[in-house]
Amino acid sequence: MNAVVHAKAASRHLLSGNEAVARAAWEAGVRVAAAYPGTPATEILENIALYPDIYSEWSVNEKVAVEVAIGASLAGSRALAAMKHVGMNVASDAFMTQSLAGVVGGLVLVVADDVGLSSSQNEQDSRYWGRFGHMPILEPADSQEAYEMTKMAFDLSEQYETPVIVRMTTRVCHVKAMVEFTGERVEHPAAGFQKNPQRWVMTPANAKPRLALMHERDRQLRALSETSELNTAYVGSDRRIGFVTSGPAFMHVREAFPNAPVLKLGFSHPPPLEKIRAFAATVDTLVVVEETEALLETEIRAAGIAVQGKELLPRCGELAPSVLRPAIKALLGELHEAPKPLQAGVFPRPPTMCASCPHLGPYFALSHIRNLNIVGDIGCYTLGAGHPWNALDTCTCMGASLSMAHGMDKGRGASDEQKHIVAVIGDSTFLHMGMQGLLNMIYNRGNVTVLLLDNRSVGMTGGQENPGTGQNLHGLPAPRVDFVKLAEGLGVRPERIRTVDPYELPTIVKLVREEIKMEEPSVIITTRPCSLTDRFERFRPYAVVEDLCTGCGNCIDLGCPAISVARRERVATKSGKSRELVFARIDPNACTGCHMCAGTCAPAAIVQQSQDSVVRIQPHA
Amino acid sequence: MRDGIINILVVGIGGQGVMTAAEMLARTALNQGYDVKKTEVAGMAQRGGVVSSHVRFGPRIYSPQIDAGEADLLIGFEAAEALRWLPWLRPTGVAMVNTLRIAPPVVSVGLYDYPADPIGQLAASGVEVHAFDAGAIAEQLGNPKLVNSIMLGAISDHLPFPADVLKTAIIEGFRAYKPKLAEVNAQAFDAGRQAGHTDR
Ligand SMILES: Cc1ncc(C[n+]2csc(CCOP(=O)(O)OP(=O)(O)O)c2C)c(N)n1
Ligand code: SF4
Ligand code: SF4
Repeated sequence: MNAVVHAKAASRHLLSGNEAVARAAWEAGVRVAAAYPGTPATEILENIALYPDIYSEWSVNEKVAVEVAIGASLAGSRALAAMKHVGMNVASDAFMTQSLAGVVGGLVLVVADDVGLSSSQNEQDSRYWGRFGHMPILEPADSQEAYEMTKMAFDLSEQYETPVIVRMTTRVCHVKAMVEFTGERVEHPAAGFQKNPQRWVMTPANAKPRLALMHERDRQLRALSETSELNTAYVGSDRRIGFVTSGPAFMHVREAFPNAPVLKLGFSHPPPLEKIRAFAATVDTLVVVEETEALLETEIRAAGIAVQGKELLPRCGELAPSVLRPAIKALLGELHEAPKPLQAGVFPRPPTMCASCPHLGPYFALSHIRNLNIVGDIGCYTLGAGHPWNALDTCTCMGASLSMAHGMDKGRGASDEQKHIVAVIGDSTFLHMGMQGLLNMIYNRGNVTVLLLDNRSVGMTGGQENPGTGQNLHGLPAPRVDFVKLAEGLGVRPERIRTVDPYELPTIVKLVREEIKMEEPSVIITTRPCSLTDRFERFRPYAVVEDLCTGCGNCIDLGCPAISVARRERVATKSGKSRELVFARIDPNACTGCHMCAGTCAPAAIVQQSQDSVVRIQPHA
Repeated sequence: MRDGIINILVVGIGGQGVMTAAEMLARTALNQGYDVKKTEVAGMAQRGGVVSSHVRFGPRIYSPQIDAGEADLLIGFEAAEALRWLPWLRPTGVAMVNTLRIAPPVVSVGLYDYPADPIGQLAASGVEVHAFDAGAIAEQLGNPKLVNSIMLGAISDHLPFPADVLKTAIIEGFRAYKPKLAEVNAQAFDAGRQAGHTDR
């Protein structure tokens, strides 16, 4: 039971920006919400799912999610699609044209930019899409604003018949702050789809007249932006510098320069250029603080207003007070005395795969086979690029592994002659955008060995459901895709589709060795669930029998974080050289009893603890 | 504390309950009438990475982040993590540290060393350090999950509201969702509160 779902108007809550968007969607009368998971946006839909009066679903990718929302809007329902920044790239084909046709029920795209790359493959500024796709952008700075602006976005969308972008960043999505509710759900019943081919069938003839209408809409939105209460000036006593800012950068500016005048743009696109011009006249120097690209800055300068921005401030990452203070002090010609922080040097603690992660087996295999180019994808298995496996050579975007591997095969260079090309992809990523790559490879007679790591989960983003798990967003039973039949349907020869238990190390090593030798595509599908999901079954932990351990260190190469080095010993070999022996131990608190590591141990020193010998000990350094 | 704002940094490793502890502090401060912001960067935290949660409260909070050198209170759920975040503490700040040591794979396979005496290093920097084995206390009380309440008890006398306010909030939380655990968490809080007063 979630307290927020049933909370009344005027109550106050500590909410993340994502939770605030969900509540706002409910109040705004949203009837359909769709998303594909992605940090930092994932919790928007997870929270919307708590409201029974909204139909919500995990769609298979962001393009599908946006199209679902568009369809609902055309039927007259208020609809929302949420995604992380890179999701917009995937979805763009849909909204670039729908923006031309327009919408009926309010259509809001909530996009979360991972400013600072806390867990993304790039940092991109989604505000470009508003410019590219002629859609207004609202930029909340905290949870309260995320709540209010999401509600406003629906009214704006219906009034101007346009999709509206609510642009969040990690620092809005995941910061918890006070939110005071101003209302409860207001139903917006759907009138139903009204047929109108000229409006909804975007042939060239129908689309052309919409262009002028879209530009007229831009003009109206620009005028609205000039008067919008979301674009507010805060007076300040120190007028040497006045700031124009949007999103959470506003908070950083207020924190660092409490006495400076600030023009805060909540309705940041189209920008209120005349309001900015008037504000500029009240200060000595105008500085734009925006995350991350110089969008407002360029537009303000183009309007003939003197302004500074990215020549002072970084073009990437968060513009935190610690970044702003020295830059602005330098502009004012003042000495910046940063407090001297205390010093500490500590080892890194990079993320690792979990104990008994089903991806460990395949990576153990890949790290033991030579002459491979391993084309990777995005998911927990991307960690295979790191220690101790070093068995992933590329990661670009979701689904790229199969198609890039195919290209790497076709474009082989001299040094690739003897190489086998392997693609590694997860179940959710395969269903998101990977299938097309496999289809393409088959159609064009490529030769890649595909490892489809089916852990029945979207592991990376916290274990969400997908069409391969057998459950939907609400935990209800759903048809489960059959990966073997799917691969076969796309044209992989049945003999070349192999399923394997990733915990059976000798088997998986043998199987990968066999399939890379084949002169045609193979698909190897693993069958164990992610260890952090309810589908995973724990057993009694394993232990290393000290007397039997020969110090070969093989099990360490598996990379299971439950296994660590107990001690090292240098010994002389028969040939007179010296060799280091590495003796292992298993942390019984972390070990899940999956038995995978036992397959690496020739002297059979790794055994399951018996019922009465289970010892709970503190992990130590 | 500066301008009536208190900055608390809670640090540890994914899965240790860092975010739960920070959430408890933030909620309690909100109920005490403060403006509150809480933020964390824990992108891949569930897979053994570093977790840090910033809690700020006062009359009005703008930026959610605590800058280096600005934390009043550092709550470390693991010894080396407390040391990692030492630069965030003010020279006049207080570090409350669980002496638990968890070595990541990069240490256990010998690529890096675990600091020999992280608590000693913290103390040598001049900040006020309190360190104790929260796991041992939890074990005595019969449940390793009590570490959270123990750590909150330990810092409860460093907050701008009475320790009992935090204790009551924790117990009420348990009464509502896991009533059987309310009493033992109250004991854990008290034990932590006592441990927090021992010098390192
Ligand atoms: C276009 C896009 N959407 C979403 C994401 C966020 N994301 C990264 S990996 C991933 C899915 C991982 O699931 P899966 O392929 O099943 O691998 P697992 O993590 O379970 O090993 C998601 C949703 C992204 N990087 N790009
Ligand atoms: S979350 Fe699941 S898939 Fe990801 S590393 Fe852990 S066990 Fe593996
Ligand atoms: S049995 Fe081995 S591989 Fe499996 S979790 Fe335990 S230590 Fe890790």
